[in-house]
Amino acid sequence: MIAFVVRRLLQGVVVMLVVGFIAFSLFNFVGDPVSLMLPPEATQADRQAMREALGLDRPFYVQFATFVSNAVQGNFGISLRLGRPVSALLAERLPATLELAFVAASLALLVGIPLGVYTGLKRTAWLSRFFLTASLIGVSLPTFLIGIFLILIFAVWLGWLPSFGRGDTVMVGAWSTGFLTVSGLKALVLPSITLGLFQLTLIMRLVRSEMLEVLRTDYIKFARARGLTNRSIHFGHALRNTLVPVITITGLQLGAIIAFAIITETVFQWPGMGLLFIQAVQFADIPVMAAYLCLIGFIFVVINLVVDMLYYFVDPRLRIDRAMAEGH
Amino acid sequence: MGALRRFLDSDVFWSLRRSPLTIVAAATTVACIVAAVFAGWLAPHNPFDLKTLNLLDAFTPPAWTERGNPAYLLGTDDQGRDVLSAIMYGSRVSLMVGFFAVMLAMTLGIALGLLSGYVGGKVDAFIMRVADVQLSFPAILIALLIDGVARAALPREAHDTAALYVLVLAIAASGWVQYARTVRGSTLVERNKEYVQAARVIGRHPVAIMFSHVLPNVMGPVLVLATLHIGTAIITEATLSFLGVGVPPTQPSLGTLIRIGNDFLFSGEWWITVFPGAWLVIMVLAMNLLGDWLRDALNPKLR
Repeated sequence: MIAFVVRRLLQGVVVMLVVGFIAFSLFNFVGDPVSLMLPPEATQADRQAMREALGLDRPFYVQFATFVSNAVQGNFGISLRLGRPVSALLAERLPATLELAFVAASLALLVGIPLGVYTGLKRTAWLSRFFLTASLIGVSLPTFLIGIFLILIFAVWLGWLPSFGRGDTVMVGAWSTGFLTVSGLKALVLPSITLGLFQLTLIMRLVRSEMLEVLRTDYIKFARARGLTNRSIHFGHALRNTLVPVITITGLQLGAIIAFAIITETVFQWPGMGLLFIQAVQFADIPVMAAYLCLIGFIFVVINLVVDMLYYFVDPRLRIDRAMAEGH
Repeated sequence: MGALRRFLDSDVFWSLRRSPLTIVAAATTVACIVAAVFAGWLAPHNPFDLKTLNLLDAFTPPAWTERGNPAYLLGTDDQGRDVLSAIMYGSRVSLMVGFFAVMLAMTLGIALGLLSGYVGGKVDAFIMRVADVQLSFPAILIALLIDGVARAALPREAHDTAALYVLVLAIAASGWVQYARTVRGSTLVERNKEYVQAARVIGRHPVAIMFSHVLPNVMGPVLVLATLHIGTAIITEATLSFLGVGVPPTQPSLGTLIRIGNDFLFSGEWWITVFPGAWLVIMVLAMNLLGDWLRDALNPKLR
């Protein structure tokens, strides 16, 4: 067990170093930082002085070590476009993205699981077929188009919901939340549906196929033979056993939600990290890009690690398989 | 003629005839490709010919509405360009980027997968580790990053000319893993078969064995993967272009058209966005259905 955790941790550290190295290369090899910071009429001596002040004359690995130690302390320099420290910018935008991701993930779970159970139990009902076909179309629809169509229908034609921004936000400590105002909650509806729809169809299909699989197993047949009610068989026995993969996939999809938030935030002009990143890409604002890259890399590594360990705890079979494969 | 006869008698054609949905999907795909490839002849207008553009025609709604003009079936955009023609030219860019990205991803994935499966050992461990790490990030994010890095690295003047190549490269680099994994899996099986051992005993070069003996036997699943991948690649391209980091505005793809139209959504000119969007969805849906069918038709276990 400890060996497993340590190995996964080490792997995570290696991934973070690689991500950090890419971010570092962005800083140093893409464009010359010296000419970015000095006026064009600067002399060669000025350049040399600047180079020394920035530590660019030192060996490559020393520079990388400095970059890593700065990054660990959250110091990514100053945004070229906005002229403010990158860490402050990201901290400001983080609540917006996390709230959106949280609502989208909850929506996907709360709607996806019941729909999956329903389509799994009532395989031939026309409503099940409708949900399945709809989910196929949902998978073929790109996220940004879902957003645009929702805006067109609910904001432009019907005028029910706002189409951009977060509405009014309230500061709770350093966290700006949209959960406490009516306009904030209304503003969440369309973006969270847009972001959550793909995960919703994914979870629905997953729960459905797992249900179909579980319902064929011997212990379900045995439960039926014992004369248990359908309700107890379906929810107490079948659904419970489908939830392990659902937990894993949802965990892994959390990262995808944060990544896809880039698109949703652009469509809805949602002031989160994704919008910040996309603007940074358009303006080649390297410090912001590098910081976002490291942050996203970190989130992904942590999520993967947690999910792996969760899996290990939840599913005893995995422990035995692994132990046998390793010859313990 | 013989080849056609053989195709008409084949299982694949039989399974195609039995599925009306697949026939519709195939017809739609062919129609989309024809409309894109022959846009120069088929499109009613040339949206890039500045001489024929008339700003007085801007924002004409679709032909069947009250203010519509029969010359512009799906209406015009803010510069008086015919939406239908722009879609046909745009889908050409979308299809081209999607096709080349898939080709590149496939080539890259096959080469690395063969190497990984045939050579094994440290090479295999390294390639598969990279693949694992990459798989834990969504493809769109990787494509976005590569695109962003290239944008920052290239001088500003070179952006427009290099944009298409960068885009193809970015989408390909985000999609090679699946090919590599599939090819590696089949190669591990094929490697120990007698024909490969025989080739080795004769003393053929390992590279020759990989490409001329192993490769033909692992291509089936790869081709199915490629058909399913084209739809994804087109959506990735559209998404990147919509985000404003894809193709240059001088050569608008479907994603760019949707992005342009998005600005006019609130003033009521919905057709500038909705038609390119619908075209994209229908095209990708048809291609995905076709790919799904091909996967089932070529898989003898499912028959």
